[in-house]
Amino acid sequence: MSTHNVNPNGDEHAVVPHGEHAVVPADPIADPGLHYYDERLTDVDKKAERRAERQVAGMFALASLLTVAFIVFYVIVGIHPDDPEDGVNIGDVQVSNLTLGLTLGLALFLVGAGAVQWARSLMSSPEVVHERHPLRSDDETRAAALADFETGTEETGFGRRKLIRNSLLGALALLPLPAVILLRDLGPNTGESPGERKQHTIWAEGVRVLTDVTFMPIRAADLEIGQLVNAMPATFEDLPEHGPERINERAKSPVMLVRMLPEDVHVAPGRENWGVDGILAYSKICTHVGCPISLYEQTTHHMLCPCHQSTFDLSDNGKVIFGPATRSLPQLPIAVDSEGYLIAQSDFTEPVGPSYWERTR
Amino acid sequence: MPRSLPGRSRGSRIGQLFSGLNGGASIGRLLSTRRRHPLAAIAVLVAVLFTAGGAYAALAPSTSQNVQAASSTQIDEGRQLFAIGCSSCHGLNGEGQVNDNGDVLGPSLIGVGAAAVDFQVGTGRMPLAAPSAQAERKPVSYNQEQIDAMAAFVASLAPGPEVPDEQYLDTAEGNVARGGELFRTNCSQCHNTTGQGGALTMGQFAPNLTGVEPRHIYEAMITGPQAMPVFSDQTVTPEDKRDIIAFLESVQNEPDPGGLAIGRAGPVAEGLWAWLVGIGLLIGMATWIVTRSSKA
Amino acid sequence: MSAIVNGAGKVVDFVDQRITASNWLKRNIRKVFPDHWSFLLGEIALFSFIMILLSGVFLTLWFKPTMAHIMYEGAYVPMRDVGMSEAYASTLEISFEVRGGLLMRQVHHWGALIFLAAMSAHMLRIFFTGAFRKPREINWLIGVILLVLGVAAGFTGYSLPDDLLSGTGLRIIEGGMLAIPIVGTYLSSFLFGGEYPGDDIIARLYPMHILLIPGLILALVAAHLMILWYQKHTHWGGPGKTNTNVAGAPFFPIYVAKAGGFQFIVMGVIVLLAATIQINPVWLWGPYDPSVVSAGTQPDWYVGFLDGALRVMPAWEFYVFDHPITMSVLIPAILLPGIILTPLALYPWIEQRATGDTREHHLLDRPRNVPVRTGIGVAFIVFYVLLWIAGGNDFFATILEIPVNWITWFIRIGIFVLPPLAFFVTKRICLGLQRRDRDKVMHGRETGIVMVSPDGEFSELHAPLTRSQAYELTWHERQLPSDPGPATDANGIPNPNYRSKRAQARLSRFYFGDVVQKPTREELESAHHDGHGAEAAQRDELTSGQQ
Repeated sequence: MSTHNVNPNGDEHAVVPHGEHAVVPADPIADPGLHYYDERLTDVDKKAERRAERQVAGMFALASLLTVAFIVFYVIVGIHPDDPEDGVNIGDVQVSNLTLGLTLGLALFLVGAGAVQWARSLMSSPEVVHERHPLRSDDETRAAALADFETGTEETGFGRRKLIRNSLLGALALLPLPAVILLRDLGPNTGESPGERKQHTIWAEGVRVLTDVTFMPIRAADLEIGQLVNAMPATFEDLPEHGPERINERAKSPVMLVRMLPEDVHVAPGRENWGVDGILAYSKICTHVGCPISLYEQTTHHMLCPCHQSTFDLSDNGKVIFGPATRSLPQLPIAVDSEGYLIAQSDFTEPVGPSYWERTR
Repeated sequence: MPRSLPGRSRGSRIGQLFSGLNGGASIGRLLSTRRRHPLAAIAVLVAVLFTAGGAYAALAPSTSQNVQAASSTQIDEGRQLFAIGCSSCHGLNGEGQVNDNGDVLGPSLIGVGAAAVDFQVGTGRMPLAAPSAQAERKPVSYNQEQIDAMAAFVASLAPGPEVPDEQYLDTAEGNVARGGELFRTNCSQCHNTTGQGGALTMGQFAPNLTGVEPRHIYEAMITGPQAMPVFSDQTVTPEDKRDIIAFLESVQNEPDPGGLAIGRAGPVAEGLWAWLVGIGLLIGMATWIVTRSSKA
Repeated sequence: MSAIVNGAGKVVDFVDQRITASNWLKRNIRKVFPDHWSFLLGEIALFSFIMILLSGVFLTLWFKPTMAHIMYEGAYVPMRDVGMSEAYASTLEISFEVRGGLLMRQVHHWGALIFLAAMSAHMLRIFFTGAFRKPREINWLIGVILLVLGVAAGFTGYSLPDDLLSGTGLRIIEGGMLAIPIVGTYLSSFLFGGEYPGDDIIARLYPMHILLIPGLILALVAAHLMILWYQKHTHWGGPGKTNTNVAGAPFFPIYVAKAGGFQFIVMGVIVLLAATIQINPVWLWGPYDPSVVSAGTQPDWYVGFLDGALRVMPAWEFYVFDHPITMSVLIPAILLPGIILTPLALYPWIEQRATGDTREHHLLDRPRNVPVRTGIGVAFIVFYVLLWIAGGNDFFATILEIPVNWITWFIRIGIFVLPPLAFFVTKRICLGLQRRDRDKVMHGRETGIVMVSPDGEFSELHAPLTRSQAYELTWHERQLPSDPGPATDANGIPNPNYRSKRAQARLSRFYFGDVVQKPTREELESAHHDGHGAEAAQRDELTSGQQ
């Protein structure tokens, strides 16, 4: 081992001293110099060395066995059913995942552990000391580099030929624009603006309220006190099977119908006719950041959002009573048609979902 | 006769039916079972719509006929059990009680129906052990005959939702995939997509549905116990409910192919495991790697 | 040349004759790498990233990044005839119809969680030991960018299967974008190709997730490692280990064997996790439907703090010219990342301003020796963990059986109270540890043996430290707060830089004003003269050879 430089005070660095400190007092203990390690058992005991060797080789050998076992399990643990109609047996997938994972994982682990154990116990490992050199170039090199750069600049005449310089800078400044412009068609470029599209849903006057999933019309009499119905507009069924319209409307139009005792409802002025005998319809899209909500507590008439815990009081016009939402849940005015089914009186009177810039007061 | 476990098989209920221990009750049950034919339900609905207007009347299929069908002996037995076990909060005639401070001791049971009693007592929620934000599932205090008797008594007070028909509890008949869609639309917002339950406001919670009997799940949907809203048979049909129960049974019996399910609780639990087990284990390995093997 | 004949020699010969490799090899093959467990945290990140790349390539062979709507007819029976996107269906296919597919999905996801956790732990290590100081500020910046890219890679990947959980995550992103004044709806419209959710987003996230972000990560990781290689690793001080050298094992063979081995160990642990613990069972969550939600909806852990901030932020919205400014979304979703990342990225320069120190630092700090920095770090951890708990407030409410509203309120208040408290407590603990170190150097190690002197005085016997032990406690640099100097010079002329110097001195006093200084040589010698027998012997031992 090379002898090593002891810094008598531990603070002699090949760099500029800093700041306006008072005189830094001397360190109490001088550097005693590098401590060389004690020998390992495997360095002095032949038996221990051979044991370590067997250990490492054993780990590598076991890894090979496990790799073979992985291949065996891949072949023998099938997950494909004989008859595709039957579908997968999930128990098979469980066995497959466990056996493949354990064999592969352990094989990888043992290769790694073997290599580490080899290094720890058998490779001779003196502690090596290297000197560091200041990262800063010496003054001469710096001056030479700067001079070269200045020569180059001089040769272009970049400083003098202002016309060329300014026209080049102008051209370069404009060139990123096509890259930005090219992104324009990421969004639709016909029809309404994004803000306008948020103003309306497919609810309209006379549109029947249907149960979601099963799409059955709902009579007022079908709802009991304390009832919750997750519902969609009948117009949803007319949307094309393919394309984004259906899923986009599912993000805007879902409503929940609840029924409470009429005397429990605190109707805001102007909403006197929006419910039917204690049946109220509210948008299912949270006004905070748009999670669909229908965690309805029939005892308290509270509606909770599971994403951020905004809580709305459905007996009080959907008012926010807890959490980060800033505006009430939009209410859908409903009525009963001639056959006794629930229908919408109109679209929502305000945009559903989170606030956005164009949504003026 | 307290029973310690809420679970019991359909077979044992049928056995009870013919055990002859309580002849009157058995016949009563037999009759009421017959009357719960789907056509009877429609007839009942029509009758109710004609006779009773207003919110209270528009209820699930149930009628005074059912009430009459339960034998008077069973109702009497139920009345006695009710007087001993329930009346201190709900009043002798189930009218509910309010204490001097205006707090509700027990709500009125007029019109809650047999299904509500079967659910609340059959899952051990009632009688309530101690006042809390919400009654919880616990060992059942009554046997099924006693529960049936109390259910018959409460059903005799006013019409209300009936105990569901066996045919809608037969999950073998249910469509799991459709049940999954219905469950995710109507139930998962509170109970989580796998029925693990979740938090509601102010300490209330949607309970874990694992291991709950199909009958009780059905009854919960039609009666809306505690904070849970009602999902009446008109908007979520009995077939829909059967599909939902079939889905729940399927998802709960489904093995977890990826290994330990860690509560099927999603990313928070996964994050905890990644830090505690993943990074923990790897730091342990790192401390081993940087050492040298044992000294001579 | 003729001396080199055998296998490895031939390769070196071939390469050397073409690109002069021997010169580089000669200088680098025995490069020194110091050993400490905490130096391997970055390696965990690197190695798990490699595992993610390998498993990710496997997944791309089956995954279909399209939102085309289909009726599922695959092998997973409980979803048959359910409408879903091809992306979700192909995720089910990978899970249930490809042998080892579920394993690789789980490897990929566990790998991602561990990748981000290891990067965070690595960054904390760098912070607490001061390894970001000159000349390593560039690598600190690259590290911050890598962390952001890692989160972006994780979030885009989390969104790809188009399941109920990930779709809800995208919905929250959309809600956050809408809150941005003036351009919010347009940004959302460009990202989603029109209205939310549209049928473009999966196809757009896919190239980000598999090409752009991993490409950037790879490039920056390469730069990160090249700088590390060039600057040489930092190390802990100690006997013979100074600011001008580096001591440790040679790159070849010890470091190659250990780091190479660790690569396999990290891969092995990730695969074992994937074999035994289920992660993100999307078949249980169901396909994404924007009208459907599940209780217990949370993001992966590394986005949890943002979701938590959204949860605990009280409602706040006002109008500017009739347009809403939704602060309850803007602050947590848009401003908070900037509020956290800007000081984080600039921290090396902030501290440099406090110390006024422009020297190179290659010795690490023991966290106790810079109590203020350690306090700031712990305060940040508390801040972050509180937000993370907020992100799972419903989960913790269910586990602890307490109302979720309580947790929200606890965090609303705690987020302002607890980080300063953590700063104060941590700083005190650090100062206490420093005082203990100083006492040890001055009086030796406490033995627990109590002696009674002839006149009845009790005292604990202190055992002397060896010189190496004492040096271990005193090698660190003495940090003194800087002095702004006089406002005017000897001739009464005002110092034009006085104000900036005074500000710098204030910051310096904040950092170093309370630090318990290690004893000076004089203090140690005077302790010697007052000391009892054992301590006197130690003092002789320590001060000998000092002159």
